[in-house]
Amino acid sequence: MARRKKKGRRGKEKIRAKKVIQAPKEELKRELKISAIDEGTVIDHIPTDATFKVVDILDLENHSGIVSIATNLQSKTIGRKAIIKVGGKSLTQSEVNKIAIVAPDATVNIIKNYDVREKIKVKTPDIIDNVVKCSNPVCITNNEQVPTKFYVLKKDPLKIKCHYCERSMGKEDIEII
Amino acid sequence: MEQLGGTVIGFSNANVTSIQKGESLWDTIKMTEQYADVIVIRHPLEGSARLAAEAASIPVINGGDGSNQHPTQTMLDLYTIQKTKNRLDGLHIGFVGDLKYGRTVHSLVIALSHFNPTFYFIAPDDLQIPESYTDELFQKKIKYFKTADLNRFAKELDVLYVTRIQKERFPDPLEYEKFKGIYRVDEQFLQNVKKDMKIMHPLPRVDEIDKSVDNTSHAAYFEQAANGIPVRKILLALVLGRIK
Ligand SMILES: [Zn+2]
Repeated sequence: MARRKKKGRRGKEKIRAKKVIQAPKEELKRELKISAIDEGTVIDHIPTDATFKVVDILDLENHSGIVSIATNLQSKTIGRKAIIKVGGKSLTQSEVNKIAIVAPDATVNIIKNYDVREKIKVKTPDIIDNVVKCSNPVCITNNEQVPTKFYVLKKDPLKIKCHYCERSMGKEDIEII
Repeated sequence: MEQLGGTVIGFSNANVTSIQKGESLWDTIKMTEQYADVIVIRHPLEGSARLAAEAASIPVINGGDGSNQHPTQTMLDLYTIQKTKNRLDGLHIGFVGDLKYGRTVHSLVIALSHFNPTFYFIAPDDLQIPESYTDELFQKKIKYFKTADLNRFAKELDVLYVTRIQKERFPDPLEYEKFKGIYRVDEQFLQNVKKDMKIMHPLPRVDEIDKSVDNTSHAAYFEQAANGIPVRKILLALVLGRIK
């Protein structure tokens, strides 16, 4: 109840504008193209070719809340980008880690009462634990119940090496478990 | 121990090799370590030895994991190079044959990279050394050349490490037909090499080294094979703490 009152008093557009005040004007306008959410998560700066990988990682097809996806937006930093807004969902650390692998420049905004409560810049970890499937069919991890483990050799473009079979994989071979 | 050819060999007790089908490697190791002092594992899956080492609290020796690594072979290879060349440092070393799937090559390349070598990788594109290895060499600032032509760097070599092109590594038998017999080290080739160039091979060979080479001073592969026994014995003694 209290939340609804608050919303009425402040108005969602206004809050959004206030929060992204440092952003250039055109970015602000684009932000508004997708409807704001009152509670949930906004993932920004996703490379367009990773949009649906993020959808998969978060299993958004089976999410019951509102999901809005906008892709092919202009971005100053990464060329074209996508934004995904997920109502009523907060991300686990493991989900954030997975997003970092497909979208190394993404930012995760935690929304409460139409307000950006926290802005997390994802970080590609040095070691990726049990997130990526090894592309080598004769790797022990594809034949035995073993959590996978990869060392990050290069962050951009991503190159990782399997702890077990020592095969290295590029961005194009990466499949999320 | 290698001749036993089991998936897992409990060295102190050969009965341990009776592995039940479907049992996980992890469980096999956990069981084996109850009655073994050391585990020697040769396994077709890559990374199996590392997993075994993680499961076990006793020493694990990798006797070859798929086409990944073959470190005990590497030790005897290093020992053979040291014995025949009187040094390991600063050598020009050629590798010819299946450099993509040849795990003895992979392990030896990494080991020799500590001794300021120059490498010559001689293979057709489809069987060339994987990029992960050349990336590592690049990072370590080690000079290497890639070629498909065996004769191109013949004059430069101190050691030529020859490997068999293995049929079982090819998913498609037609692929194998394309590559078998493409390299042949024979007397004609030896006319262009340094007098003290040594030829090594992890054996068995098919036809990549002509029999006529066996009686030349270049042939080091039988000595290399013989070195396997003392080197592996010493390795076992070392991991078991019998020698220091
Ligand atoms: Zn692997």
